[in-house]
Amino acid sequence: MKRFFDEELDQLRSHLVSMGNLAISQVRKAVRALMDKDPGLAGEVRAGDNDLDRLEMEVDAEAISFMSLRAPVARDLRLVVVGMKAGHDLERVGDEANNIAKRVKRVCTQPPVKPFPDLPRMAGLVEELLRDALDSFFEGDEAKALGVCERDKEVDRLNKEIYRGLASAIAAQPDILPAALELMFVSKSLERIGDHATNIAEEVIYLLRGKDIRHAKRLTGESPEELLANGADDGES
Amino acid sequence: MTTMMATPAHTDSGTTAGRPEIRPADSAPVSGAEDYIRIRDFNFYYGKTRVLFDLNLDIPERRVTAFIGPSGCGKSTLLRNLNRMNDLIDGIRHEGDIFINGRSIYDPLLEVISLRKRIGMVFQKSNPFPKSIYENVIYSLRVAGRRNKSELNETVERSLRGAALWDEVKDRLHDSAFSLSGGQMQRLCIARAIANHPEILLMDEPCSALDPVATGKVEELIHELKKEFTIVIVTHNMQQAARVSDRTAFFYLGELIEYDQTRTIFMNPASEQTEAYVSGRFG
Repeated sequence: MKRFFDEELDQLRSHLVSMGNLAISQVRKAVRALMDKDPGLAGEVRAGDNDLDRLEMEVDAEAISFMSLRAPVARDLRLVVVGMKAGHDLERVGDEANNIAKRVKRVCTQPPVKPFPDLPRMAGLVEELLRDALDSFFEGDEAKALGVCERDKEVDRLNKEIYRGLASAIAAQPDILPAALELMFVSKSLERIGDHATNIAEEVIYLLRGKDIRHAKRLTGESPEELLANGADDGES
Repeated sequence: MTTMMATPAHTDSGTTAGRPEIRPADSAPVSGAEDYIRIRDFNFYYGKTRVLFDLNLDIPERRVTAFIGPSGCGKSTLLRNLNRMNDLIDGIRHEGDIFINGRSIYDPLLEVISLRKRIGMVFQKSNPFPKSIYENVIYSLRVAGRRNKSELNETVERSLRGAALWDEVKDRLHDSAFSLSGGQMQRLCIARAIANHPEILLMDEPCSALDPVATGKVEELIHELKKEFTIVIVTHNMQQAARVSDRTAFFYLGELIEYDQTRTIFMNPASEQTEAYVSGRFG
């Protein structure tokens, strides 16, 4: 039975779709601005961040209103809570894209660093993770969400490799230090975006199954998959 | 949130200084009049006991307004004054006035019967008559001497559709109303209440005797009915007030403590008493 306030949940989802698309677009533009050394495109990213901030506030307002007025329980409650948390993650993705964009001008004015193919590869992977995390949310796809958590390890590995590569390059050619440091920060921003994609994926699992898989291995000794396989499923409601 | 205003009895001028009147502060635009029902300087007494104190509020047209408050706060008493149901009780008296669409309900030229025709009422416990579903719906038309079969049939279908009950009973319209479930009986009472094209629907805890599924259906129905009727609902269920109403008035010991948009009352009320009541920390 469709309830009269279901359209409010649809509205919340719709704002999250807009946030997700905008966040991905911001990351893509920021990385392209860096690769193409295009300060104009970087400026667009900085302007676009305001839209993400506004959308996050709308999502928060809708979620708080829904909790206050509709007394949600079970899956409705999880959706509203997860919506707020995912909105916050997407806003932080926007901030990281903005951080990358801010560094474009500085990279352009410094002695160039030799091309680092791992950086665009990492950016591509991060964008995929973000897209998959959002798709898993809107499609209710648990396997896709778990895949995001797993593939984030590759992002972490690439970040470390880029760091090591840049450190070696600086040792060999000290005048690239300013630009190389900027690229280290860019790599760190991309790594953080991967973390936010992972957060969203973990929130999707909580939405679908009512189980919290965050820090699973460290706190319970079980992998997320084992945690989900064991015990009662709290999410079917 | 408050403005100073009082209204002389039996007029609709709505001016002059006096007691505080509470109006919604951040009202959403309404399709009808903001002050479709105007309550002015209203006091009410059972014998020597005063139970309502200087009430002033405007109830908007084609919106749902909820009255909430602990038992004995006067919310049902006020509701029953809107169609002068309290006139049936010995020893009552009132001061002040209530206007519906600009006319005082205490105007000596106004017949109480005609007033009540304009105001349908639904009670806490469903009270179908010991008749068929069909006869329950058209009871008021029968009393008025209406016999046109097609008019009666049309009224039954329109009212039952309006009460979201038609699909469940269309094949057994002549079965006893008592064959229905509790939730269906309450919706039948709503169908009966809207059969005579009232302007206003008063609901006095309409879901308190229903299970959650039936409650959900009645709440859906209220959401649909407000497109056509001005609805005033008394409820002890604060989640219900939050879900179904556009405006909420909180009463305590016969006084109107706060009246505002429902989202304001439940998200950021101005009064500490309201805050304590809606968050369950009252008393």
